[in-house]
Amino acid sequence: MVTYIIRRLIWGVVMLAIVSMTTFAIFFLVPRLAGATSDSLAARYVGRTANAEQVKIAAERLGFNDPLIVQYGRFAKGIVVGADYNYGPGVERCPAPCLGYSFLTRLPVWPDLLTRLPVTISLALGAAVIWLIAGVATGVVSALRRGSFFDRASMSIALAGVSLPIFFTGIVSLVLFSYGRPFAITAPGGSFTPFFTNPVQWAYSLLLPWITLAFLYAAGYARLTRSGMLETMNEDYIRTARAKGLTERVVVFKHGLRGALTPILTIFGLDLGLLMGGAVLTESTFSLPGIGKYAIDAITSQDLPKVMGVVLVTAFFVVLANLVVDLLYAVVDPRVRLT
Amino acid sequence: MSESPEPLLSVQGLEKHFPITKGLIKRQVGAVKAVDGLSFDVVKGETLGLVGESGCGKTTTGRLITRLLEPTGGKVVFEGRDITHMSQGALRPLRRDMQMIFQDPYSSLNPRHTVGAIVGAPFRIQGVKTEHGTKKAVQDILELVGLNPEHYNRYPHEFSGGQRQRIGIARTLALKPKLIIADEPVSALDVSIQAQVVNLLEDLQNELDLTYVVIAHDLSVVRHISDRVAVMYLGKIVEIADRQALYEAPMHPYTTALLSAVPVPDVKRRTERERIRLQGDVPSPLNPPSACRFHTRCWKAQEICKTVEPPLAELATGHQVACHFPENAPKDAVPGDAGTAVPA
Amino acid sequence: MSFLELNDLRVHFPTDDGLVKSVDGLTFKLERGKTLGIVGESGSGKSVTSLAILGLHKGGRAMISGEIWLDGEELVSASAEHVRTLRGKKMAMIFQDPLSAMHPYYTVGAQIVEAYRIHHHVSKAVARKHAIDMLGRVGIPQPERRIDSYPHEFSGGMRQRAMIAMALSCDPELLIADEPTTALDVTVQAQILDLMRDLQQEFNSALIIITHDLGVVAELSDDILVMYGGKCIEYGTAEDIFERPEHPYTWGLLGSMPRLDRARTERLMPIKGTPPSLINVPSGCAFHPRCAFEGRTGGKANTQVPELLETEGGHLVRCHLPREERRAIWENEIKPNLESV
Repeated sequence: MVTYIIRRLIWGVVMLAIVSMTTFAIFFLVPRLAGATSDSLAARYVGRTANAEQVKIAAERLGFNDPLIVQYGRFAKGIVVGADYNYGPGVERCPAPCLGYSFLTRLPVWPDLLTRLPVTISLALGAAVIWLIAGVATGVVSALRRGSFFDRASMSIALAGVSLPIFFTGIVSLVLFSYGRPFAITAPGGSFTPFFTNPVQWAYSLLLPWITLAFLYAAGYARLTRSGMLETMNEDYIRTARAKGLTERVVVFKHGLRGALTPILTIFGLDLGLLMGGAVLTESTFSLPGIGKYAIDAITSQDLPKVMGVVLVTAFFVVLANLVVDLLYAVVDPRVRLT
Repeated sequence: MSESPEPLLSVQGLEKHFPITKGLIKRQVGAVKAVDGLSFDVVKGETLGLVGESGCGKTTTGRLITRLLEPTGGKVVFEGRDITHMSQGALRPLRRDMQMIFQDPYSSLNPRHTVGAIVGAPFRIQGVKTEHGTKKAVQDILELVGLNPEHYNRYPHEFSGGQRQRIGIARTLALKPKLIIADEPVSALDVSIQAQVVNLLEDLQNELDLTYVVIAHDLSVVRHISDRVAVMYLGKIVEIADRQALYEAPMHPYTTALLSAVPVPDVKRRTERERIRLQGDVPSPLNPPSACRFHTRCWKAQEICKTVEPPLAELATGHQVACHFPENAPKDAVPGDAGTAVPA
Repeated sequence: MSFLELNDLRVHFPTDDGLVKSVDGLTFKLERGKTLGIVGESGSGKSVTSLAILGLHKGGRAMISGEIWLDGEELVSASAEHVRTLRGKKMAMIFQDPLSAMHPYYTVGAQIVEAYRIHHHVSKAVARKHAIDMLGRVGIPQPERRIDSYPHEFSGGMRQRAMIAMALSCDPELLIADEPTTALDVTVQAQILDLMRDLQQEFNSALIIITHDLGVVAELSDDILVMYGGKCIEYGTAEDIFERPEHPYTWGLLGSMPRLDRARTERLMPIKGTPPSLINVPSGCAFHPRCAFEGRTGGKANTQVPELLETEGGHLVRCHLPREERRAIWENEIKPNLESV
């Protein structure tokens, strides 16, 4: 078990290294393919007032003339131990984990991400709770009443939920449910309030995004739960459970649902991991200052260091979620042995 | 059974050890000795039955002979050619001569292919041209195995279990193989259908001069179709003999116990039958008992069985057994000859 | 009235392709302490019958008619909730494949405890003690340790023992075993059959054993019922069925199986064709397309459904052939071939 975790952690680090290499390579190449030179890149750091000479010096100091490998090495070292940036006006210390400086704001990326993480986590966790409960419950009832009106109706809605993009459902919900609208369920103000500042306000501010995001996921989970339950309820051990004289409630929840939940757990872990990297559409639609919004802003302004930061943080959460899911698997299913 | 100087198939000291790994760097700490030193010959035209309980390695043996798995030791010689470590490419022409029938007629046929495509696949893969085209050849084979040739364009799900097993057999026959390895060919079928397939296998053997290695757990089916029978226990052959000798005068206690355990449809004798009941289950091949692997369940076991492994010795003509205290052995026979015994 | 009586039981399933008549008019009786073997091939309706007795079709799509009397109580018309309280307590079942029939996520002990506590209001500790006791009685070594194992940590034989322990935990008066040894190795099968025989004597329960293996039936049964196409086609004592069978299908089954207790026959005598589809059951006698003696019935085989008639002393046969002719065929044409060369 311990060796398993250690091995998985080592693999996780290797995975992150590969992701960082790939993204670095892409982001190193993209501007150059677009015609940028070391000088034009350095120009973004030194500001518009700098003359050509200063830019050249900055490019040299920032190492833009070095080979790709050397630049990546410096970038990776920055993440682990921090780095010093020296672009003309002065040396700036960028403490570990240093994901570089924004082209535009000239602020380090990492603290930026840190301030935005609570928003994304709040959004993801809250939505996750809603979609898990709603999706699994709908799926179970649909499976047990297969072919009924409820089954057909909920599966049609689920199909809609899977197919309709957030920027549609999000805007519809904003039009209908936000403050001042006919079916308002949110408080005035609307902007994000940290949980520790005011939990009620926190929930209020996030209710609409939660529901919108959860709708998308709940739909998928309902379908997944339904098919899982249909399969499990046909298992021999369900017949055994009934033959023992257990009540249908115990058969369904203790024996059936337990068997059907394992694949849901896997998907759940991965979905949650991905969402930690920002629910891009939801955050943009509801103007939430989370990581997704940060990424979109970075992409539109071509602020490469920010984009790379978001990619790496997302990769980190996905790798972590994978590990957690696999460990949980062994807890849920005693047949799984981690070796 | 004809004595030929060169057997069609010769297996010598065949081994398959699956590694067990542990720790951070997956260091090998042991091995599951699924097959641990098998030797036997199969001559042309005969049927060798391979029986044993789950975990005895009989299925692995079949896969080693057909080289679906690569042996970790020993030799497989087919028609005088050593195929033990032959590459898959070099094996391809040999696959025409050596075919396999599988247990499950449901999962071993591709549900999206027609019967014609399934049975005709070997022609395409091996690039064989036939006189009147592949379709005619396939229809001939379908007829041979007792299927309607007009069902050429149907899909596997349109057939019953027995018919599907016939399709599987037809596929193996397409290229007129010399050796067929049948792994539990009838155990998934209904009783009345089992008999049909057993008879079909026998008819085909006579008509096409086939050689069979039949792997099965059902001792009565094996007796019915085999000329010689090998009994396996935890990766080793414990007894190999002609059918009649093995079933009427088994020498190894395990064989005796197996035969005694088979329920017999004879109500008159059910109370008077003498039964030998083995205790417990087959031990795990992960950690098999020392020396004679059967000693933990054997009622004749003595100290020597735990320390000295009995070699497979020929105690009567064509009757080999690996036991220190064989039953039904001729008086002059020396079981487990001390000179050749392998200390554990 | 007998302990268990089935009266014209019918279990039909409506499907998109038509009505599947899985069980179509089944009648039999069984006393406490006796064993009935139900023999048939896949689709003969033998498993559906057992599930119907346990009331496991209730609430599903199945259409059930007829009567099932258990100890003076009629179960077909009884409420699903009432039958549930009998299930596991008064009647219990052992399934074929103990690996898939036990929940992989719960320990063996938890599953036995659960079965016991649903019918007995006792504490977990008491139920656990009972479970350990039961595991010991079915021959599982170190039951106080093995009770906390998961099903996959047991060998096949031990799992089936645990399954039996679970079924017997509430001391049922009727025990139904559906292919209890089919998934097991032959030496383990022998152990389990011995165990079932001993336990039945100890508990004096009525036992129904459902199987396709005539050898297994012969080992355990007092009476045997042969099913084909959802109907009983022959019923009698074990001696009747094995010594003087009268139905061509029973002959076919006996001719199909190679036997170790007799000299080897040169050829098996299979039944031609395949078991019938339960949607389009052949007209007349369901077996007639596969019957070697269909021509001797004077054309009745494919027009009239034969009745299940007594041939002598409780031996029932559903066949158009006249009794004398059946006996002659058995003595002269079938039996000599089974005796071997």
